[in-house]
Amino acid sequence: MNTDLLERQSRANAAPIHDTETGSDVPESEPPLYAARRKIYPQSVKGTFRRIKWAVLVITLAIYYFLPFIRWNRGPDAPDQAVLIDFPGRRFYFFFIEIWPQEIYFFTGLLIIAAMTLFLMNAVAGRVWCGYLCPQTVWTDLFLAIERLVEGDRRAQMAADAGPWTTQRVLRKGLKHVLWLMVAWWTGGAWVLYFADAPTLVRDLATGQAPLLAYGWIGTLTATTYALAGHMREQVCTYMCPWPRIQAALTDEYALNVTYRYDRGEPRSSVKKSEQLRLAGLAAGDCIDCRQCVNVCPTGIDIRNGSQVECIQCGLCIDACDSVMQKIGRPPKLIGYDSEVNLERRLAGESPVQKIVRTRTVLYAVIIAAVGGIMLYALLTRHAFDVSVIHDRNPIFVRMADGAIRNGYTMRILNKRLEPRRFAMTIDGVPGNVIEIVGLPLGAARIVEVGPDQSREFRVLVNSYEYAPRASSPIVFHLTDMESGEWAQAQDNFRAPERPK
Amino acid sequence: MAEHRKHMIDKATGTETTGHEWDGIRELNTPLPRWWLWMFYMTIIWSIGYWIVYPTWPLVSSYTSGLVGWHSRQAILDDLAALREQRAALVGRIAATPLESILSDQSLLDFARAQGRTAFADNCAPCHGAGGGGAKGYPNLNDDEWLWGGKLDDIAFTIRHGIRSTDENTRMGSMPAFGRDKILSRADILTVADYVRSLSGLTTLDANELAKGKKTFTENCAACHGDAGKGNREVGAPDLTDQIWLYGSDRNTIIEGLMNGRGAVMPAWGPRLDDTTIKSLTVYVHTLGGGQK
Repeated sequence: MNTDLLERQSRANAAPIHDTETGSDVPESEPPLYAARRKIYPQSVKGTFRRIKWAVLVITLAIYYFLPFIRWNRGPDAPDQAVLIDFPGRRFYFFFIEIWPQEIYFFTGLLIIAAMTLFLMNAVAGRVWCGYLCPQTVWTDLFLAIERLVEGDRRAQMAADAGPWTTQRVLRKGLKHVLWLMVAWWTGGAWVLYFADAPTLVRDLATGQAPLLAYGWIGTLTATTYALAGHMREQVCTYMCPWPRIQAALTDEYALNVTYRYDRGEPRSSVKKSEQLRLAGLAAGDCIDCRQCVNVCPTGIDIRNGSQVECIQCGLCIDACDSVMQKIGRPPKLIGYDSEVNLERRLAGESPVQKIVRTRTVLYAVIIAAVGGIMLYALLTRHAFDVSVIHDRNPIFVRMADGAIRNGYTMRILNKRLEPRRFAMTIDGVPGNVIEIVGLPLGAARIVEVGPDQSREFRVLVNSYEYAPRASSPIVFHLTDMESGEWAQAQDNFRAPERPK
Repeated sequence: MAEHRKHMIDKATGTETTGHEWDGIRELNTPLPRWWLWMFYMTIIWSIGYWIVYPTWPLVSSYTSGLVGWHSRQAILDDLAALREQRAALVGRIAATPLESILSDQSLLDFARAQGRTAFADNCAPCHGAGGGGAKGYPNLNDDEWLWGGKLDDIAFTIRHGIRSTDENTRMGSMPAFGRDKILSRADILTVADYVRSLSGLTTLDANELAKGKKTFTENCAACHGDAGKGNREVGAPDLTDQIWLYGSDRNTIIEGLMNGRGAVMPAWGPRLDDTTIKSLTVYVHTLGGGQK
C-alpha cells in the first residue's frame, strides 16, 4: 500500500488528534473488543461493469440451475446425464469423460489449474474472481436485486428501517424473505440434481419419494444460501474468506486493481468551488465528495482510502463515479482499473505503462499450460482398461511337494468400457513357469473376462520349476484384449529362496 | 516487557490501540465482528443439546441415556445387521450350493473367498499365519501337501471336527514317542532318522547304515507312513519323500520327533462357526493354492 496515500488519508479524514511522538491519548473508556455490524444498503447503479455483472450472473446461474438436465447418450447400461457425480457407482461423468476413483488425480490437476487461474487473474486484473465470478458475489447480487425489487432502493430501505413497523413494512420484509427462501431452496434443489438422475429425482422430490438424504441436503443448502447471500453478505468476504489475505500477498505494483486516482481526485471540493479554483488557476481535484462510490459499494467501504482487504473489486464504484463525472463534465475513470505503478508515474509526470507480460504472469501461464497439457495428454492416452498386481505378503513364497517354488499374486483388472471384455494373460521374466488362475481349470487357456464398467480381482499362482536367478526377480503380467488388441501390463517380483550353494 | 498503558490512537493508521505495549510496539485494536461472539455462544448452547440427546452424565450406578436412546454398542449391532441383510442373498446361495459348484461359479467364488479371508483372519491366523503360511508345527496351507487330504470335503471335515480335538468325530492318529517310551533304542533312532532323510534326497551321515535304518522303518514306521514313506492321510501321517517338512528336515528335529512323538492339535470349529462360514473358509483354504480335486 502506498504510504503517501495513507498519510494523506489520515490527515484528510481522521478527526483532529494531538499528534505526538507516540500517538495521542484518548480519554475515553476501554475500547470494545467486538464491533457491531454496520448494515449496508448498496444503492443500485447502471453502467458497463453493472452490465458485465448481470451477464455473468445470468450465464453462471443458468449453467448451475440447468446443467443437470442436459442429457448425454452413453449406451444402455450407463447414465444418460451429461454431468453426474455417481457416488454409489463411484464414477464421475462429464459429457464424454468418465472418471474412476483411481483417476482422482485429474481432480487434483483441475484444482492446480483453478488456483493458478485465480493467481493469474489477480496478477492481471485483481480480484476478478471476487467481483464477478464467486458464488458468494453472484448470489448476493441476486438477493440484493430481489431486496430492491420488494423494498426499494437504498434511500427507501433506509427510511423504512429507521421508521416504525408499519403493516406495509412487515409485508414487504415478509415477501422479501419468502422470495429469498424460494431462491435458496431452488439453489439447494439444483445441487442435489448433480448426484442423481435429475428428471427422476425432481419427480421423486415432488412426490415425496426421494431419499431422506436429498431432502436433508436441500434443507442444509437452502439454509446456507439464505444465510450467506441474504444475511451474511460482505461479512463472508471480509471475515470468512481466506482469499483477500492471500490476494493481498500476491498482488504487485503492475496488477490492475479498482483504484481511486487520487492524483486526479485530490484535493476534493464541491463542483462550484473546484470550478472557481480552476478559474483562479489553482489546483482542484475532480472528486466532488458526492459519496456515490461509497453508496453503491456492496461491502460498504470508501474506495478513496486505497486498496483494502474488504474491496471485492466489483467495479460498481467505477460505474457510479463515471455517471457523476459525465454529469459535471469531467473526464471519466476517476475511479478505474489502474495499477500502483501508474499512479506513481502520473504523479512523477510520466506516461502510464501496461505490463501484462511479467515474470509472475508468465510463470502462472506456463504452469496452467503445463498442467493442462499433462492432463489432456493423460486423458487422451489413458487405457480403457488397467491392470494392477500385488504380491502375497504372507507367505512370500511356497515350496511345493515336488520342490517347485510358488508365488501368489492378487491381480485386479479394470474394464472401463461399457461392454464385457476378455483378456489373454501371459507372464514374462520367470523361467519355467506354470500359471494357474484360481477359478479357471488348470491348463486351460489363460483368458479372463471382466464385466462392463467393472473391475475384477483374480488370484494368480505362478510356479517356477527352475530356480529363479535371484532371491527376487522381476515378473511382468501382460494382458491383451482379445478383440481390440489393446494391452496393459503390470510388474512385480517373483521371490524365491537363495540358490543353494 | 509488556506494559499496560492508556489506549491511544495510532498515528500511522488512525486506529485505536488496546493499550498493550511490548518494547515500544503497540497493539492496534481491530474489533472482531460481534457475530463471531454469538457463534461462540451458539456452540456452547449446541453442546448442551448433546447432553440432552446423547448419553452424557455418569450417575452412581448408570448414566443419563439421552433422549434418542443412542448406544455405540447398538450402533455397531445395527450396522452388522444391515450388512447381514445386504449379504443375505449371496449367503443363502453359498448355503444352498455344493462346495464343488461354488468353485465354478465366479461370483460365488469371489464372495466365498472374501468371506473366507475374513473368517480366516479372525479364527485361523493365530496359528496358521495371516496368509496361511504356517509355522513350525502348523502346516502351510498354500502348498500342495496335505496331512489329512486337500479335497474340498477333506478340508471342510478337518475344519468342522478338528484334529485330535474333543470332537467325537475328530481326526485321530499320532506319532508314538519311540524314544521316550523305549520302543526303539537310541542307535535305532539315529539310523532311522538318517534313512528318513535319504527318502527325500537329503544327505546322510553313513550310507552303510541305511539298510539297517530301512529295516527299522519297515518294522516300526511303515504301518502309518507306508513302505515307501509316502504317508497315509487316514491317520495324518505325512509324506516323508517330498520337499515339505512340518517341523523341519534337519537331523536333530527328526530325532526329536522320533524320541518324543508328534501330535499337534486343531480345535473343532463346527460348534463355533456357522455352516456358510465353514464353507467359505473351505473354499478360501482350497484356493490358497494347494487345493486338490
